[in-house]
Amino acid sequence: MIYLQLFIEFFKTGLFALGGGLATLPFLMELTERYDWFTKAQLTDMIAVSESTPGPIGVNMATYAGFHTAGIPGAVTATMALVLPSILIIVLIAKFLSGFSENRIVQAVFYGIRPAVAALIASAVFGLFKTSLLLYTESGTLTPAWGIILLALITFVLLNIPRLKKLHPIIFLIFGAVMGILFRL
Amino acid sequence: MKELLELFCTFAQIGALTFGGGLAMLPMLKHELVDKKEWVTEEELLDYYAIGQCTPGIIAVNTATFVGYKRKGIWGGVLATLGMVFPSLVIISLVASVLSNFMENTYVGHALAGIRAVVCALMLGTVLTLAKKSLVDWICYLIFFGVLILALFSPIPVVLLVLLAAAAGIGIKIFGRKKDKPV
Repeated sequence: MIYLQLFIEFFKTGLFALGGGLATLPFLMELTERYDWFTKAQLTDMIAVSESTPGPIGVNMATYAGFHTAGIPGAVTATMALVLPSILIIVLIAKFLSGFSENRIVQAVFYGIRPAVAALIASAVFGLFKTSLLLYTESGTLTPAWGIILLALITFVLLNIPRLKKLHPIIFLIFGAVMGILFRL
Repeated sequence: MKELLELFCTFAQIGALTFGGGLAMLPMLKHELVDKKEWVTEEELLDYYAIGQCTPGIIAVNTATFVGYKRKGIWGGVLATLGMVFPSLVIISLVASVLSNFMENTYVGHALAGIRAVVCALMLGTVLTLAKKSLVDWICYLIFFGVLILALFSPIPVVLLVLLAAAAGIGIKIFGRKKDKPV
């Protein structure tokens, strides 16, 4: 039963996540609200893992989510479900449509979708900020985790220095891990 | 049969060696598919990429399906795609199983807190770049902020928001321009 649910949810993600890469993020965010497959904090870890391992991020995220939920069979199910819509649609396009990307209607659809995808990813990132930068105190109220916020700001500044910009994300992630241990974040 | 195996292996190699996905994969795909294997021309590859960006799913996966289909029909498409995702399946499953065993450790906890801060910074950078690239006129800004507010404060599902934006695009581009078109 869990496999069928995984299959349906990731098939839907593969079908509606346009633009690739992080486009899967808003859908995964939605999953944290509807199922207890993984939490928002785990989703953040998942992004870190995906950024530091090879392969398309969307596929990595599906694999990680599937594995987290139902082990290796879950990972296989989620990944297959994610790529199935691509296979079906691309084969259809390759077979029947030439000049698909020049089509007026396709271009009109994407004119509307591109800013919407950017907005959806932005809203998912807001959600990540909330779980990563705020902490629950013992009395159950949310307070800002100043150390983590400071580290995030420092990293953001570093990321915008032209010479450091081209460095692989894994280097920044290692920097974060080291700072986290040093300052007991 | 031999060529199907070759498709699987070639795309498995690409999947194992490229970080980041999306546009980051283009140079690698060009090197392997255009220069080394001569399976497709550079123009074809760019066309596949363009189509990949306007069809659902992951761009790298879409490109793999396209190239595989062109070489060996449907099974070619399937095997190229499976090759592309195979390394992710193995690597991520390994990482995930190791990670969940270490989650309880205090040092790992501190390291993860630091890593999450970095992920926030990386994501913020990505969102800003993405917004810069996709917000080309004031209508785009309108759609962007409209969808952002709905996504943050309303319970409307993501799928519906994507469909709404597509409808808005058609409405504006196809029907909205009719009046001022020269006859």
